[in-house]
Amino acid sequence: MASRVDEPHDDLIHVTPNPVIEPGHTAASVTDKISALVLKRKTPLAWYIGFFISFSLANVLMFTIAYLVTTGIGIWGNNWPVGWAFDIINFVWWIGIGHAGTLISAILLLLRQEWRTSINRFAEAMTLFAVACAGLFPLLHTGRPWLAYWMLPYPNTMNIYPQFRSPLMWDVFAVSTYASVSALFWYVGLIPDFATLRDRAKNRAFKVVYGMLALGWRGSARHWHRYETAYLLLAGLATPLVLSVHTIVSFDFAVSQLPGWHATIFPPYFVAGAIYAGFAMVLLLTIPLRKFYGLEDFITLRHLRNSAKIMLATGLIVGYGYMMEAFMAWYSASEYEGFMLKNRIWTGPYWWAYALLLITNIIIPQILWSKRARHNTAILFIVSLIISVGMWLERFVIIVTSLHRDFLPSSWAMYRPTIFDWSMFIGTIGLFFTLLLLFIRFLPAISIFEMRTILPGAAPKEEG
Amino acid sequence: MPQIFHRSTNTLAKLSIFGSIFVLLFVTWAVAEINRSSWNTGAFDEREQPVQFSHKHHTGDDGIDCRYCHTSVEVSSNAGLPPTKTCMNCHSQLWSDSPYLEPVRASWKENKPIEWTRVHDLPDYVYFNHSIHVAKGVGCSSCHGRVDEMPLVYQAASLQMEWCLECHREPERYLRPKSEVFNMDWQQENALAENKTAEQLARGRQLKAEYKVRPRAILESCSTCHR
Repeated sequence: MASRVDEPHDDLIHVTPNPVIEPGHTAASVTDKISALVLKRKTPLAWYIGFFISFSLANVLMFTIAYLVTTGIGIWGNNWPVGWAFDIINFVWWIGIGHAGTLISAILLLLRQEWRTSINRFAEAMTLFAVACAGLFPLLHTGRPWLAYWMLPYPNTMNIYPQFRSPLMWDVFAVSTYASVSALFWYVGLIPDFATLRDRAKNRAFKVVYGMLALGWRGSARHWHRYETAYLLLAGLATPLVLSVHTIVSFDFAVSQLPGWHATIFPPYFVAGAIYAGFAMVLLLTIPLRKFYGLEDFITLRHLRNSAKIMLATGLIVGYGYMMEAFMAWYSASEYEGFMLKNRIWTGPYWWAYALLLITNIIIPQILWSKRARHNTAILFIVSLIISVGMWLERFVIIVTSLHRDFLPSSWAMYRPTIFDWSMFIGTIGLFFTLLLLFIRFLPAISIFEMRTILPGAAPKEEG
Repeated sequence: MPQIFHRSTNTLAKLSIFGSIFVLLFVTWAVAEINRSSWNTGAFDEREQPVQFSHKHHTGDDGIDCRYCHTSVEVSSNAGLPPTKTCMNCHSQLWSDSPYLEPVRASWKENKPIEWTRVHDLPDYVYFNHSIHVAKGVGCSSCHGRVDEMPLVYQAASLQMEWCLECHREPERYLRPKSEVFNMDWQQENALAENKTAEQLARGRQLKAEYKVRPRAILESCSTCHR
């Protein structure tokens, strides 16, 4: 008789009140339903409206970049002493959002959390697009993006190498590694589904394109064997990245000697914040997706509930981070740390940002302790939206309030974003949603073959 | 169902995986070579001048010192181009009716400088100073090559940053006694080339100390040249 260990899915399906896949589905119905999103179903009107809005915003981004490149980064509001502002805030914000994708696809895979299956593809796509948006900011902040390849160590006629002791250099490698491993992971995961789409497509152009992407996948036992090995290896590679990328991003600040940045708590608290923001974005995207495409059977309340729990946990870690920052400012007895904290929270001109941060990031998400809130998609959606704003404010507070009061009072200044700071930020949101909507339209947003494996009875029965 | 792809695409797919590595390597190599080629740097390109002036004749054959014409090389960032008057010091007497010298006489009569074509043109973001190099024992020929053998002057080096840094990182490879700075013939086989003979390195180190050449950290600091 098969034991519970051998059939890990059975308990998920029959015991829990909220299964990872609603009962009554078979391998065929799962394949039909998901592949139809791409191949058969009429594109809903909401898709066109959403695409129109986000593509318009993406064009705002394009015009901003064109103006930026032809004019210079002086069109932004950053100026001494606030030399970093929206560009780095948005960079960290987007990179953070990307983290949930890798966490879901790699760590939860290794931990055998089956419920990840229906949201991993989507979260990985979200990761890729978020990293693409994030990468734009430091790239354009260089002022001469066409010389960005100077950041790579290659044998050049200038005979100089990048400064490897600079955390900004570590960023280049951390983020580019992250982007390439995420892209690979995503693509490898898509191969069997590309084959499914190739076989089901009626249109010749779709057949050829999906066929090329499927790399000749026939689904033989050998294919599957190699595929599983490759996928597991990639998961192993991606796992440390979940922790390393945001750790290195936090080094941009922690390695400097500025009060407000120079803190050892930064790496863990940045990583927790990234996962926090990432899951908020996952919920923000999946809740409308499952509603508009009728995917409630596949993305069940269990997924939403688990994501909410992760948000609650990481949110508390972030809260602990804020507490420790304040505690260390007092406990270090450093005059500068003390001034920075007082200025950030109370006496400074940006006190409202800190107050809003506490409300959005710490106080409001506590509603997730309630089971009823976790089961209400409207509340989850709103809380996720608030957390996304809160995580943006967190970076704003860390960056702007630490910088605007320099050691020399004569250098004190205020930071005010210009319209181009805003258009660039809003533009990347447009780009993100444009890519995401195209993804939903042309690729299976839920992994078809992995969904088949979590169907009841999919696990092999042990003989004897 | 008919096959979408022909059998040969299997081979193509496998080839493209390995092929792309070689293509990438080849492109990198080609770009590096093109960047360093004289087609890009302008090295060895003899520039036509408004007057048929030969450095080979004046320096090599007649033995005129560099400083007779380039008077400010020891005191200024710019080595200086001679005014027509310098030419006329001799050519009011010598070859005073040669047709080759007609542009010089015209310039003299009209009091209008000759418009020479610049051969060594550094980018504007580089602050180069001739006097400091000459004062620390860097010879003319180390950078300009054997000008005394050039009928028409050409750029003898790439003038790329890696070329500057070759000396800025290890000046002992090229330093010479100050008395030899204007000697075109000094160790000509080693100028511009890998210069790592034990003899040169020993002398170079001694000269480096004697002339108080700044340490490497300062010489290769960005702001030494890009201010």
